[in-house]
Amino acid sequence: MSPFNLAAINFVWLPILPLVVVTVAAMAVLLAGVRVDDSESEGLGLLTLASLAVAFVFTLGILGQYGVAFAGAISVDSFSAFFELVILIAAMFTVMMSLDYAAENRIPGAEYYSLLLFSVLGMMLMAAAGDLIVIFLGLETMSITVYVLAGIMRRNAKSNEAAIKYFLLGAFSTGFLLYGIALVYGATGTIKLGPIHDALASGAMGSNPLLLAGIGMMVIGFGFKVAAVPFHMWAPDVYEGAPTPVTAFMAVGVKLAAFAAFIRVFMVDFASVGAHWQTVLWVIAALTMTGGNLIAVVQTNIKRMLAYSAIAHAGYLLLGMAAGVRSGPAILYYLLGYTFTNLGAFSVVIALERRGEAGNQISDFRGLAARQPLLAGAMAIFLLSLTGVPPMAGFVGKFYIFSEALHQGYVGLVIIAVLNSVVSAYYYFYVLVAMYMQEGGVEVERLSARPALVAAVGLAALATILIGVYPQPYIASAANAFHSASGAEGSHSAALEP
Amino acid sequence: MPPFLYIFLGALAIVSALGVIVQRNPIHSLLALIATLMTVAVLFIGEDAVVVGFLQIIVYAGAIMVLFLFVIWLLNLQVETGPTGHLALKLFGSLTAALLATELFFILAPPHLQVKFTHEPVGYGSLASLAGKLFTDYLVAFEVTSVLLLAAVVGSVALARRLPGTDDPRAARKTAS
Amino acid sequence: MIPLTYMMSLSAIIFAIGVAGVIIRRNILVMFMSIELMLNAVNLAFIAIGSRLGSMDGQVIVFFVMTVAAAEAAVGLGIIISIFRNRETVHADDLTLMRW
Repeated sequence: MSPFNLAAINFVWLPILPLVVVTVAAMAVLLAGVRVDDSESEGLGLLTLASLAVAFVFTLGILGQYGVAFAGAISVDSFSAFFELVILIAAMFTVMMSLDYAAENRIPGAEYYSLLLFSVLGMMLMAAAGDLIVIFLGLETMSITVYVLAGIMRRNAKSNEAAIKYFLLGAFSTGFLLYGIALVYGATGTIKLGPIHDALASGAMGSNPLLLAGIGMMVIGFGFKVAAVPFHMWAPDVYEGAPTPVTAFMAVGVKLAAFAAFIRVFMVDFASVGAHWQTVLWVIAALTMTGGNLIAVVQTNIKRMLAYSAIAHAGYLLLGMAAGVRSGPAILYYLLGYTFTNLGAFSVVIALERRGEAGNQISDFRGLAARQPLLAGAMAIFLLSLTGVPPMAGFVGKFYIFSEALHQGYVGLVIIAVLNSVVSAYYYFYVLVAMYMQEGGVEVERLSARPALVAAVGLAALATILIGVYPQPYIASAANAFHSASGAEGSHSAALEP
Repeated sequence: MPPFLYIFLGALAIVSALGVIVQRNPIHSLLALIATLMTVAVLFIGEDAVVVGFLQIIVYAGAIMVLFLFVIWLLNLQVETGPTGHLALKLFGSLTAALLATELFFILAPPHLQVKFTHEPVGYGSLASLAGKLFTDYLVAFEVTSVLLLAAVVGSVALARRLPGTDDPRAARKTAS
Repeated sequence: MIPLTYMMSLSAIIFAIGVAGVIIRRNILVMFMSIELMLNAVNLAFIAIGSRLGSMDGQVIVFFVMTVAAAEAAVGLGIIISIFRNRETVHADDLTLMRW
């Protein structure tokens, strides 16, 4: 008998078409960029943007399909489609922010945009993974490229430092994640998510210490990637040192992908042993919210402040995970709102930046409302959304997660979260006060010459308001996406017909 | 694998792993790491993972470690002198490691370690069985690794190639002084 | 065959040594080598579990981990070279441009 059972692979191209498009685009950008000068990389950026849009359209085609492809390596469901779409949106915003930034700072365009695309590929794989090894490989594809992107401004010592810190802690956390996978493999005898789900759901595992240790190690591994306290120490330095578009990409894209895998593995496959890991996440969520918000208060650099704010928001999301399966849709909706809000905030930071440092201090925002009322208005929208003021997306997201957690009886955790939101209002409003009530700050130059950046700010502001004011369709699609993941794996044997 | 061989290899692996983290000369650390990799490779082969064991020696201990060696020589790293870090950090590190090991020991003790034992099929660990898995069940993963390696190549070139229009900063510094 | 407990314990010890190395050592290259130790400990665990389960999955994973380690080494050493060109140091304590 031949060991090659080709019929068992079940080739279905449609679900991986977006991944193929992104990969081909990465190589095309690399080839097209051979003779492009670093200061004229806008064309490459536009090519990247176009290919991401094509991938976006193809991803829409997956919506409504359920099953597994490639012998269970790829999960095809609305959950992966949802995350792939949001990741692609985040990538498109990142490219729009990068167009002028990369050219001005003489970032090597071909490498920059192709690495961005490779990274998007890794993220999409994490969202669409059907076994633990694809999650691991997706994570590594994403991480390795982001390490480089963080350090791509090679003459900038801070960028260097960000790259090495991210690399060392990222590789360190990979070790934990892998050890976790090994122990889960030992306990369940498989690394495919569907069979793991079934093995745990059958209840035969009980509280196998091997399984519990594996889950614990995986929590550490994912905890590093989503920057949860106490695994967060890399985040502020890396966010500050990396080029600002890359920071935005890390704060949104990496977080989306990490949460996609985290949610799929824990809230779907490990759901039946939830009692064991939810307590751990309870503690981590409380620490993450509190730690992130308290340290954010004393920051003077806007990128560091947004880094700690990102940590705090990871805490709210972990709260949702700790509260159990019912809050799944709320987490997805929250991530959607968080994506637009954070991307918008970082676009404004880029608008204020000039050749490196200037514009990164919170004091640089002083008097912005008088000089650039529209830019300041957009920033105000993002800050209010991050604080959780109605009618922004951030408010609905927080409200949704907190109320689901309350329904599950997690009163203590929700009280901690609400207190934290009050603390967070202090540092977000501090920037608002600087913009509207103080004078000084830096001059914003030639905004009209940077249409892509202005478009990014505008679109993000619109989306932040729209998702908040009219949340029903987004909540519905988030719920649909989350339930499709649990549904598809409940009947994981349903392989798609080629 | 006879038990005495396991004991010998295990002791060797632990001693050389300790060597990696206590040596002050990076080259010595690297040699200890290579010794660990070799020992682990023999353990692989003892566990019927013949192909992977040889890959470990050829690719891991051979190619990847030479890359390390190359970088150490390129940067001309010498023996570290002076303080090696805070005592508190060392204590913390050793404590963490000890805790981790104790915890894992407890979990891995026989009453807890429940793995479904199945006899290995014929040809287990052979090249054919590895390839069979790689090109069926793990086809996507296999293709992804090719993209991953390409991305790594692009990334390391982006970081390490000489920038156009600039001299090496070290050379510039030397002429300035 | 050696009992699984012994193999897993060996893997746990090497993993712990690697973790200790990352925390204790301040030389970036040696920290990176300690991470390689951790990955090797994991590989040992995969191989040991795989051969007890009689499934090739463990070995395939080790194959992938080796590939990833190679990619990580290429990028990591690239980053180290780039930082050495700017700062002439591979000491983690010298990297203090940013502090909270």
